[in-house]
Amino acid sequence: MINAADFQAMTPWLVLTGTAVVVLLQITIARAHAASALLSVAGLVAALATIRHAAQAAPRQVTPLFTVDGFALFFLALLLAGALVVVLLSVGPAGASSQRRGEHYLLLLLATVGAAVLPAATHFAAVILGVETLSVALFTLAAYPVFQERSVEAGLKYLVLAGVSAAILMFGIALVYAGTGSLALSAPIAASPYALAGALLILTGLGFKLSLVPFHLWTPDVYEGAPPTVTAYLATVSKGAVFVLLLRYLNTGAAPAALTGVLAGLGVITMLAGNLLALQQRDLKRLLAYSSIAHMGYLLVPMVAGGALAAETFGYYLAAYFVMTLMAFGVVTVMETETGERDHSLERYRGLAWQRPGLAGVLAVAMLGLAGMPLTAGFVAKFYLFVAGVDAQRWVLLAALVAGSAIGLFYYLRVIGQLLRQDAEAAAPRTGTFPLGHTTLWALLVLLVYLGVLPATLVQWVQASAVTGLF
Amino acid sequence: MLLVWLVIIPVLFGVLAWLAEGLSPRLPRAVSLLGLALELMLALVLCLEPAGGAQLGGGHAWLASVDVPWIPRFGIHFLLAADGLSAVMVALTALVGITAVLSTESEPPRRPGFFQFNLMAALAGSIGVFLALDLFLFFFFWEAMLIPMYLLIVIWGHENRYYSAVKFFIFTQASSLLMLAAMVGLAVVHANVSGSPSFDYFDLLSMPLGDTTAFWLMLGFFLAFAVKLPMVPFHTWLPDAHTDAPTAGSVVLAGILLKTGAYGMLRFLFPLFPEASAQFAPVALTLGVVGILYGALVAFAQDDFKRLVAYTSVSHMGFILLGVSAWNVMALQGVVMQMVAHALSTGALFMMAGSLQERLGHRDMRRMGGLWTPAPRLAAIGLFFAVASLGLPGMGNFIGEFLILAGTYQHSVWAAAVAVTGVVAAAVYALSLVQRSFHGPVPEEAAHCRNLSARETIAMGGLGALLLWIGLYPATITVLSEPAMHALRSFAG
Repeated sequence: MINAADFQAMTPWLVLTGTAVVVLLQITIARAHAASALLSVAGLVAALATIRHAAQAAPRQVTPLFTVDGFALFFLALLLAGALVVVLLSVGPAGASSQRRGEHYLLLLLATVGAAVLPAATHFAAVILGVETLSVALFTLAAYPVFQERSVEAGLKYLVLAGVSAAILMFGIALVYAGTGSLALSAPIAASPYALAGALLILTGLGFKLSLVPFHLWTPDVYEGAPPTVTAYLATVSKGAVFVLLLRYLNTGAAPAALTGVLAGLGVITMLAGNLLALQQRDLKRLLAYSSIAHMGYLLVPMVAGGALAAETFGYYLAAYFVMTLMAFGVVTVMETETGERDHSLERYRGLAWQRPGLAGVLAVAMLGLAGMPLTAGFVAKFYLFVAGVDAQRWVLLAALVAGSAIGLFYYLRVIGQLLRQDAEAAAPRTGTFPLGHTTLWALLVLLVYLGVLPATLVQWVQASAVTGLF
Repeated sequence: MLLVWLVIIPVLFGVLAWLAEGLSPRLPRAVSLLGLALELMLALVLCLEPAGGAQLGGGHAWLASVDVPWIPRFGIHFLLAADGLSAVMVALTALVGITAVLSTESEPPRRPGFFQFNLMAALAGSIGVFLALDLFLFFFFWEAMLIPMYLLIVIWGHENRYYSAVKFFIFTQASSLLMLAAMVGLAVVHANVSGSPSFDYFDLLSMPLGDTTAFWLMLGFFLAFAVKLPMVPFHTWLPDAHTDAPTAGSVVLAGILLKTGAYGMLRFLFPLFPEASAQFAPVALTLGVVGILYGALVAFAQDDFKRLVAYTSVSHMGFILLGVSAWNVMALQGVVMQMVAHALSTGALFMMAGSLQERLGHRDMRRMGGLWTPAPRLAAIGLFFAVASLGLPGMGNFIGEFLILAGTYQHSVWAAAVAVTGVVAAAVYALSLVQRSFHGPVPEEAAHCRNLSARETIAMGGLGALLLWIGLYPATITVLSEPAMHALRSFAG
């Protein structure tokens, strides 16, 4: 039976789900963009605020489906904060002028419900519920600007991908059940060959979502076609949630060496291929797509290393990655909102530093962060990767990390170089202003630098979440 | 606190210079100059601190130190400390910084405030490198100074700036990541030995390491420093970066950034890995000798004034690698002298290249010649620094090269014997530089070349006077650095 303490532990999830319902009702009553946005922000902030309350009841197993512990709550906070930023970036004048945009917030909230389930999931039923809720909301979101051919294409691609990966994932789960007779995430992977085969299929299914190489082919097209806020969500909250799930699964299921070997191999090719393919890109959104592929490869380093330090590294890196990626896509969003231009080829960013120094500055700092330069959280995050890699003595992974980072510099610096070009033609005229977008971007910038210069606080948090987790 | 101010002041005045841009395009330069003058004063105060004023490990006489916990999780401290070596390097940085600011073209560059900010940030980063004794903090500054340098090249540079800036960045960054891996390796070994990780220089000094571990970790450090120095065959970024950097950028790059590599070798290589470094020394020694000769030969073949000077740096830095590999007090003292002298003489030569570019619109020596007639002061000062660069007795470069060669002779006769021919090669490129640009018939387009302005004369004249001073009375530097060099020497058995 569910008792009061269970409810206390689940408060943030309940608040989040409640917000989705409230926004749904609000839309049926009156389609007011401002009201939907305001309700979504309020709901996400409330859910974030109740995390402390929930932590008092943690760690706690709530039904066989969920475990609320420090690990789940830390990543829940991260996912909610990411979703909040995406919501804030969606409130542009373009959104306000459109009559169809109320559903945007509803779908974002629903996707966040799905994502939020994953860090707490300890049962495959919860996993499927979470992953499916997330996917259904996301391909609708991607295709929502139905008059944009590319967005429909992006939505369709994501739909096919979601279907295929869900099928593989469920087949994997079925095999695990056949092998171990249990649907708990902690069912030992090494127990039988069925379970191991199942785990490999689960890894494949989730690998599609994470766009690990060679399951990455959908990523650039979807990133390019979807509206920038949706892309930002895909790159951060969606991938983050799936990765957190994978981390818990591999740690509690005691991944055998064969599986970590596969992961290490995936990590090496993802880091190298993601960075190499990014070199060819002439479109900022596609470039960021490949860069996010490479960063998923970096995140496999702690995944392979395993242990408490790995969970800690993972937490810090994911937080830094969220801030940097949201900054980069935030600039894309603000540009699109303020000029109405949907083309994001690098040419269009040429000389931006001289015309819009603030916006160009944010993008440049985000690029430096993604490249792992000091004074940004990206530097401490990369340092963490090295600690995890060296500690676990994974030299091949480290070599790929060094090579990947060096290649990565080429394209991150190319973006900065474009921003600083002095031979640019006049930029597209501004047709609107988006002050909230700018405020959000500056807040993210301050956060990125703060985490880069004084990382001790966040380090303490991730350390605590890893220790009180299941490891 | 003195040390913290040394790092903060350039940043602070850099920001002020940036803000001052709004008031007047000429104001930022004045703000930078003021900040660097203050910095130089503080650096001199540091030089005069009584040795042993700060009690730290390492058998050193430390002048001052600051220690604040930073990231306790990994035992990372904000640990700054200065001995004679650091003090000399910080003073040199302030001095070269002043030269760089004075060397900016007579017309303020585009966005002069942002230009000065980047210049000051690069200086602050290198001062941090010279003072940091926590490995993580060292790496932090080591990387941080790359960004402003990249911006200096990319925004205010010459023809091929995008290519050169990226090349410079990637060479240094890729090698630095290997150093980061080695640093983390040290911390992990420390955690295995004593239970908690540490990036503290003094904790790591006395730590026992297995032979293989020590060798690989040493190699990580060595590569990062060797790329920065730069050592042949990792030098290819340097001529490009120098050629395309704006004058002030070249001055800082040659004067200070290259020295961070040399400083790193002195401070970390032998002290942290005495056996492994000694084992590796013959390789480094050979590469040093190759660098001396190769740099000199390639310099001789250049037609671009600035590119020629850039290759002479490769040659001069070969001497530093030689001195570090020999690792005796005489050679080490030579390394310090060579660092100071090279910063002053090459800084001045790059400034000369900037002056020529501003006057003629190019740096191609095939289209120069006879500049002595229209611009006698320019040519005379050019001659002075060219002969300083070739190591004429009476100038600092001679002292540096002599001490290094004498020290190397005690260590390895053949290396000293081959390296000494580099001094002959230096005479060839330096004199050809003088002949091709200042002597012979004056081409039409150069006939109205302006003489040096008062600002340029003061800046270059000041550098020349200092070069003469340390050439005639080297004890000014050697007295300061001697205790530090003895302490460093004592690390290798």
